[in-house]
Parts: sequence; structure tokens; C-alpha cells
Amino acid sequence: MTITGLVAILLAAITTNNFVLSKFLGICPFLGVSKKTDTALGMSGAVIFVMVLAAAVTYPLNVLLAKNDMAYLQTIVQILVIASLVQFVEIVLKKFIPALYNALGIYLPLITTNCAVLGVVQLNVQNSYGFLPSIINALGGGIGFMVAMLMFSGIRERLEGNDYPKFWDGLPITLVAAAITACSFLGFTGLVEGIFGA
Amino acid sequence: MAEKKTLGQEFSKGLIKENPVLRLVLGTCPTLAVSTSIENAIGMGVAATMVLICSNIVISALRKVIPNKVRIPCYIVVIAAFVTIVQLVVKAFAPSLDEGLGIYLPLIVVNCIILGRAEGFANKNGVLASAIDGIGMGVGFTIALTLMAAIREFFGAGNLTLKVIGYGTTLKDIFHLGETDVLSAIGLEPILIFILAPGGFFTFGLLMACANKIAESKGKPKAELKGCEACPMAASCSMKAEGKECAE
Repeated sequence: MTITGLVAILLAAITTNNFVLSKFLGICPFLGVSKKTDTALGMSGAVIFVMVLAAAVTYPLNVLLAKNDMAYLQTIVQILVIASLVQFVEIVLKKFIPALYNALGIYLPLITTNCAVLGVVQLNVQNSYGFLPSIINALGGGIGFMVAMLMFSGIRERLEGNDYPKFWDGLPITLVAAAITACSFLGFTGLVEGIFGA
Repeated sequence: MAEKKTLGQEFSKGLIKENPVLRLVLGTCPTLAVSTSIENAIGMGVAATMVLICSNIVISALRKVIPNKVRIPCYIVVIAAFVTIVQLVVKAFAPSLDEGLGIYLPLIVVNCIILGRAEGFANKNGVLASAIDGIGMGVGFTIALTLMAAIREFFGAGNLTLKVIGYGTTLKDIFHLGETDVLSAIGLEPILIFILAPGGFFTFGLLMACANKIAESKGKPKAELKGCEACPMAASCSMKAEGKECAE
């Protein structure tokens, strides 16, 4: 695949196909961990890290399963690999890179059941991406998650102390704020096709 | 749970009182993603219900065998196995549904309703109670999903697909409208944004606000994204060991 193709995948994953705001993957951390900007950053960092790693590790396994006519086992293998990978990364970081562990470590266990991670792996299979495009797609998805989280945490900080009907308090008003954030991403429609041709 | 519930109560609690989507705030990703048409919503609901019932039964039956420390990986394997079965069945018998649900079908594995019920109910209760709980929660999930899809499809596309795996009709066909939609026929225009991503968030917020209003009038607390107690990963979470909450 050419460099242009890779850039197009990266850009599409960040903007038009944003994992959170247009594919609805990873909504739980998006709503739950976005109250403060610094926790939002930490969570996004961990998501980018695990997504890229998961895409890299599952790619050879997917190829191996497909070669042996066992593609139906992909879902089971992927989730097991992701779950053990996350545990493994946590242990390794704690032992060897304590600084990184302090920044990301606490968010790692939460990511095992994050649908963005399994989602990117599934999307790579569905689009039959090769090794490099898979990783670029995961990187773009992770960066897109971070952009959405940062924008949203900024909006949420502004929601504090605003006057809205009482029964909208809490999750409902957060969801409406998310709707408005998602509206802004509609503006990217056609961006990638416009730049790189369809 | 302090007092023992009858099987009827185990079933009915999932429908409204403890509706997984609107009260327990579980499974938000598929709710938002597949609620663009009623057909997809019902298909997703039924698929998730099947997985939920089967995994609840197996996990409950194995609850004394599975060692406590490795229970989450065990649950994930059981759930993933049933998801694969459902995935193959849907691919074989309802290919149009498979296309409509796309990656969200395999993503049932990480649907927190299923892991949440395994951790929160099936590993403490008997097989029959767990099966009933699975049915109730699954039906509650399907109801919430269908309700949301109905709102989004009606306002966004001016249509309702009253179909299950390809059989049935649409609101357009009932009124013999051909190409025009129901809203255009009465001189209004469909609000396209309801079908698009922002409409999903907005409709979900609207429904949750209504659910909170009703809950408030009955003196119940409003729905919240739960802290660590509701999180299926709590057992292996290092934050909890340090006494912190992840949502803060």
C-alpha cells in the first residue's frame, strides 16, 4: 500500500470514521472518564498504546487462523489475546518502566473490555488490511479517541453550574453534550475523499 | 441482594425497574450504534439475549468449579464461544442482518450487560434464576433498543421497518407511499440528523431524561454510570486496590 493510502486511512480513522463519535466504540470511557482533562489524556494514552499493540499482535494470528480454515475462531482468539496482553503489559510496565506505568497503568485493566480495542481488530479483518494498514488504522482510531475525549472534557467542564431542568442532570445532559460534539464531527464528511480522491 | 426474589420478579425486574440500558447504563455502545432501524435493533436484541441466556446458564452451572482468581477470563471464554455460535447462525440464516449489524455482532463479547450479569448475578445464583435473569435483562435490552430505534427511524427517515429477519412490512408500505416517506406525505421533512451519529446521543439522552423523571416521581435514584461496584473489571483493577474510583 502506498504512503498516500496509509495517510488516508489515518486521517479517516481520526475524523470521518472517528471511533467514538461516528462508530460508537468506547462509549463507556468516553462518558465515564471525561470529567477532567488530565484523566481523559491518561485514558486516551492507554487506549492508543493498547490498540496499536493489539492490532500488531492479532494480525499474524488472524492470518494463521484464516490459513487453517479456522476463521470462525477469530473472535475468541482476539478477545483472549487482548485480555492477556493487557495483563502482561501491566506487569511489564510496572517492573521495567515505572514512569509510564504511573501515567497509564491505572487505566490499563479498564481497557480489556473496551469495545474500541476489539472493534479496531475486527475492522482490520473486515477491511482485509495488511500489517502496516492495520497498525495505522489502530493508531488513527486511538488518536481519534483522544481528540474526541479532549474536546468533550472541555465541554463538560463548561457544563458545570449551568442551569438546566433537574431531571436532565447527570447522564442525560452529558449525552446531549456528546450529541453536539458529534455534530461538529459531521463537518468532516467527505474530507478524506476530497483530499485523496474516492 | 438481601431478600430472595421469586422467579417472576427476577424476570420482570429487567424490563423496567432494572432496565439494563436506561437504569443500569450498560451496553451503551451497541444501543447507540445499531438503533438506526427497528429491524437491526430487534436483531441485535435477540442475538444479545441468546448469548446472555446461554452464558448465564453455563456460568451459573460452573460457578463452584471456576477458581475465583481467574473467573473473568473464564467468563470471557464462555461468552466468546456463545457469541461465535450466534455469529455463525446469523451468517447462515439471516445474512441481511449480519450485514446490518456488521462488527457490532462479534462485539457482543465486550457488551458490558453480559459480563456485568455474569459477575453481578450468575456467579451468585442458581441455574434457573440465572436463566430467568438472562431472559428478563435481554428482553429489557431489546425493548430499550427498539424504542430508541423507533424514535430515530421515524424522525430521521420518516419510516418504520416493522421487520424481523427480512419478513414483515414497513410503515411506508402500509400507507402505499412508494418512494416518499411518511413525514413528507403529511408536509413535514425528516430530520436526517436523527439517523446520523449525533441523533443517537441525543435520543439516548432524551430517553434517559424521561426514565429519570419517572424514577424521580417514584422516589428512585436517577441512573448513573456506576463506580467500581458495577464494573466487571473491578476484581482485577489496580485502581480499586489503591482505593480510587475510575470515574473520578
